[in-house]
Amino acid sequence: MPNSQLRIVIVGHVDHGKSTLIGRLLNDTGSLPDGKVEQVQEMSRKRGMPFEWAFVMDALQAERDQGITIDTTQIHFKTTQRPYVIIDAPGHTEFLKNMVTGASQADAALLVIDAGEGALEQSRRHAFLLHLLGVRQVAVVINKMDRVDFSQSRYETVAHEIKEYLAELGLFPKAVIPISARHGDNIVTRTDQAPWYLGPTVIEQLDSFRRQQVSPDQPLRFPLQDVYKPGDRRILAGRIESGRLKVGDTLRFAPGGASATVVSIEAWNNPDTVLDAQAGQSIGITLDKRIFAERGHIAHHADSAPTLTHKLSVRLFWLVSEPMALGKTYTLKIATAEHRVTVEQVTAVIDVEDLSSTPGKAVHRNEVAEVVLRSRSPIAVDLAGDLPRTGRGVLIDGNDVVGGCLVIEAEDSAASNLTEVSHTVSLDERAAANGHKGGILWLTGLSGAGKSTLAMALERALFDRGWQTFVLDGDNVRNGLNAGLGFSPDDRAENIRRVAETAKLFADAGVLVIASLISPLRADRARARVIGGDRFHEIHVAADLAVCEERDPKGLYKKARAGDIPDFTGVSAPYESPEAAELVVDTGNLDRSEALAQLLDYVDETFGKNSLKSGKELTYVI
Amino acid sequence: MSADLDQLESQSIYILREAYNRIDKLAMLWSIGKDSNALLWLCRKAFFGRIPFPVVQLDTAMELPEVYEFRDRITKEWDLDLIVEQCPPEEEMDQTLPPLTRAAARKTEGLKNLLRGNAYQGIMVGIRRDEQATRAKERVFSPRSLEGDWDVKDQPAEFWDHYKTRFPEGVHVRIHPLLAWTELDIWRYSKREGIPIVPLYFARDGKRYRSLGEKNITFPVDSTASTIDEIIEELQVTRVPERAGRAMDNESEDSFERLRSVGYM
Repeated sequence: MPNSQLRIVIVGHVDHGKSTLIGRLLNDTGSLPDGKVEQVQEMSRKRGMPFEWAFVMDALQAERDQGITIDTTQIHFKTTQRPYVIIDAPGHTEFLKNMVTGASQADAALLVIDAGEGALEQSRRHAFLLHLLGVRQVAVVINKMDRVDFSQSRYETVAHEIKEYLAELGLFPKAVIPISARHGDNIVTRTDQAPWYLGPTVIEQLDSFRRQQVSPDQPLRFPLQDVYKPGDRRILAGRIESGRLKVGDTLRFAPGGASATVVSIEAWNNPDTVLDAQAGQSIGITLDKRIFAERGHIAHHADSAPTLTHKLSVRLFWLVSEPMALGKTYTLKIATAEHRVTVEQVTAVIDVEDLSSTPGKAVHRNEVAEVVLRSRSPIAVDLAGDLPRTGRGVLIDGNDVVGGCLVIEAEDSAASNLTEVSHTVSLDERAAANGHKGGILWLTGLSGAGKSTLAMALERALFDRGWQTFVLDGDNVRNGLNAGLGFSPDDRAENIRRVAETAKLFADAGVLVIASLISPLRADRARARVIGGDRFHEIHVAADLAVCEERDPKGLYKKARAGDIPDFTGVSAPYESPEAAELVVDTGNLDRSEALAQLLDYVDETFGKNSLKSGKELTYVI
Repeated sequence: MSADLDQLESQSIYILREAYNRIDKLAMLWSIGKDSNALLWLCRKAFFGRIPFPVVQLDTAMELPEVYEFRDRITKEWDLDLIVEQCPPEEEMDQTLPPLTRAAARKTEGLKNLLRGNAYQGIMVGIRRDEQATRAKERVFSPRSLEGDWDVKDQPAEFWDHYKTRFPEGVHVRIHPLLAWTELDIWRYSKREGIPIVPLYFARDGKRYRSLGEKNITFPVDSTASTIDEIIEELQVTRVPERAGRAMDNESEDSFERLRSVGYM
C-alpha cells in the first residue's frame, strides 16, 4: 500500500520562480502524464514564446495570457518515498486570500527566494503567514543561483538574512537549499556547480518532512456540527478536534453548561460496536438524557474545560480591501460556533518588514495586527498555542470571510472582574422569609392566546396573597431594557436572552417572575432555560391560531394579513410549540378564571409553602 | 485500516454535514460513475444511512445501458430520492463550441434548468482536484452566479475548514466533498468499503472505461485490469491521464476550461 501523502505549499515573492520549481519537480520525478510537456511545448511554439516549465502549471487560458499564477493549484506527484500534493500559492498581493487558502492546508512549506533579489517584502509576509497559519515545517530554497554563478557568498548573505527573520517568528528552517529551478540543479539531482553546499536536495528535504498529526493526548474538544433526530434518537454529530472520548464518559457542553453521559458512538455500516473515538474523526454520539446542546457547543471533559470569555485578544490577518475598523462588529467563527464581536482595541499593527508594531485604529488589507474583541455572548475558546483548532477562527463581514485570527489571550469571564460575589443571604433563607420559592414562569404562546391577561391576573392574585412577584411583559421590556432591539432573528434572540437574564436576577432575589413573551422559537426558549436553570418553568399558553386571530385584541393579525407587519408569528413567521412544557394552559377551551385556577394550582404546588417542605436543596444555577 | 483513507473519509463527512446544516435546499449530482458512487456512500455514512436530500442525474439519454441498469438497481436498493433531469438537445447549445464539447455542454444546460426558480441553493458534485487542471483550482464551497458562471479569479478565502456558506440572492454554491481525493484513493476506498461499481470500469477484451461519460464522446482505454486490485496496481504505474478517453478534453486546448467557466461540473 502507498504511504500517506504529504501536503506541501510553495510560497514566495511573485516571479521568484515558484511555478518553475513545481514544473521541474513534476518532470524530474517522472510525474507528468505522457505527452504533457510536448503539448505545452507545442502551445508555446504556436504562441511564439520560449518554453517555460511554469507553463506546465499554468493550465488556464487567463493565466497564460497574464503570465502570473492566479489561484492555488493542487498538483500530485510521487517520489520513491511517498506521494505528495503541491499547493501552489500565488505571491501577488491581490491574491493573498488564495495564498492563505493554499498554505493553510499544508503539512510543510518551501519558501522560494530569488538569489539576486533576496527576501523581499512578499517573502517576509508569506513567512509570517505560514507562521500564523500554523505551518511549522519550513525549508527555504534560494532560486536562480545560475544567475549569480552559484556564488557561495551571495547564498550566505541571503540565507543569513532570511534565517534571522524567521528566527524572530520562532520558525527555524530545516534547510536552506541553493537551486536553479530552470536547469534542475539540486531539485532531484545534486548539482556539481555548488560543491560548497553539503545539505539536502529539494527532494531529500521533502522526504524528511513529517505529516502533521493531531494528537489524541490533548484535552477533548468535540464541537457540535448538528443534531440529527432519526426516529426517537438524538444524534449529536461533529468532528473531534482534539483528545478522545469513549462510551460512558460524562461530557459537558460549553458554553451552555449542560452535562450528560455518552451512551453510544453511532456508526453506519460498521459491524463492530464503536466504544471510543479520537481527534480527527467525524462521529455521532447519543446521550443518556435530553439536554440543551446545539451546533456551536463544544463537548469537553469536566476536568479540562475551555475558557469562557467575553473578551479576547487575537493576532489576525486581514484579507479584504475594506479595513477592519475600531468599534465595528463582525461575526467571529471558531470551530462551528458563531458570535457577534466588536473590535474594542487595535493594540498593535505589525510591520512585516522589521516586525515592529504600533497601535492603530484600523487594520488594512494584508496587514497583521493584534486586536481586542468583545462579545455579547460567552465564547468557549482555547489559546491557539495550546489547542490550535479551537483557538483560532475566521472573521465574517456580511457574506464573506474577511480575516483569520489566533487567540493569544482570553479573559476568563468567571475569574475576571466579573467574579460573582457570593451572597450571605441564601436562597433558602429568602424562600423561608417570603413563604414561597423564587422562580421563573415563562409564558409562551401566540399573540392573542391570553398570555398578558393571564400573567397580570396571576400577579394580582399572588400579590394579594403576599407573594413577591412581578411580570416581565414582552411588549413592556421593549420600551426600556430592550429599546434599540428590532425584530430581526438576532435581535429577537437577544431580546429573549436579556429577559431571561433579568428574570434570573429577580428569581435570585426570591421573586416569582412571570415572563410573558411570544418567544416563538424552541432554540431561544432552550437558551432561556439554560440561563434560568431548574427554576425555569415553561408554560404553554395554547390557543389555536384561528381563535387568536378572531380575538385579535391588538388588531395585529389584521395588520399582518394586510402585509403591514412582516414576520408576524403565526401568519408569516413560525411558532414552534413547546415539546415538553412543564404546563399547558389551554386558553382556547378554558375561560379566564379556569385558566387562572389551573395556573395557580401549579404555582402553589411548585413554588408555594408545601414545596418548601420537600427538603429539596435550592441551589444557584450559573 | 489505512489512516489516510480514514482521514479523507472524515474530512468529506465533515464537509457534507456543514453543507446540510448551512445550506437550505441541497441536492447531489449523481453521474453514476465511481466518484459520485463513493460520494453517495459517504452521504450514507454522514447521515447514518438515510440521504436527506434528492440525488439528481443529468440525463442526456446517451449513457451506456450498463449505467442505466446500475442506476435503477441502486436507486431501489438504497432507497434514493432520485430526480432525472432531461438535458436539452445538442442543437440548442452554443454553436461556437467544438462539436464534442457541445455534446458535453448539454449537462450544463440541464443543470441550469434544474436550478431555475431557485429550486436549489447548494449542489454537491463529486469532482476531484487531481482529475483536471481547472478542477485543481476549485474551492470546497464554490459560489456560482445565477447563470452558473464561475469566477476563478475571485474566489472566496477558504482555510481551517471554514467554508463560505452565506450568499446574496440568486447565487448558488457548488459543494465538492471529494476535492482532496485522488483517483487511486477512490479505488482503494471503494475496495475497502465494498462500494458497488458499474462493470464498465473493468477490462473486457483488453479495454476498460477509466472515466465514464456519454457513449458518443467517451471511449475505453487499453487495459487488462479486470478487478479493483488490478486497477489499483495499474494506477500506480500509469502515466496516461484519467480523462484520456474523454474526447472533448482533447478537442481543443481550452475546451474543458470553457465548459467549466460557464457552469460545467
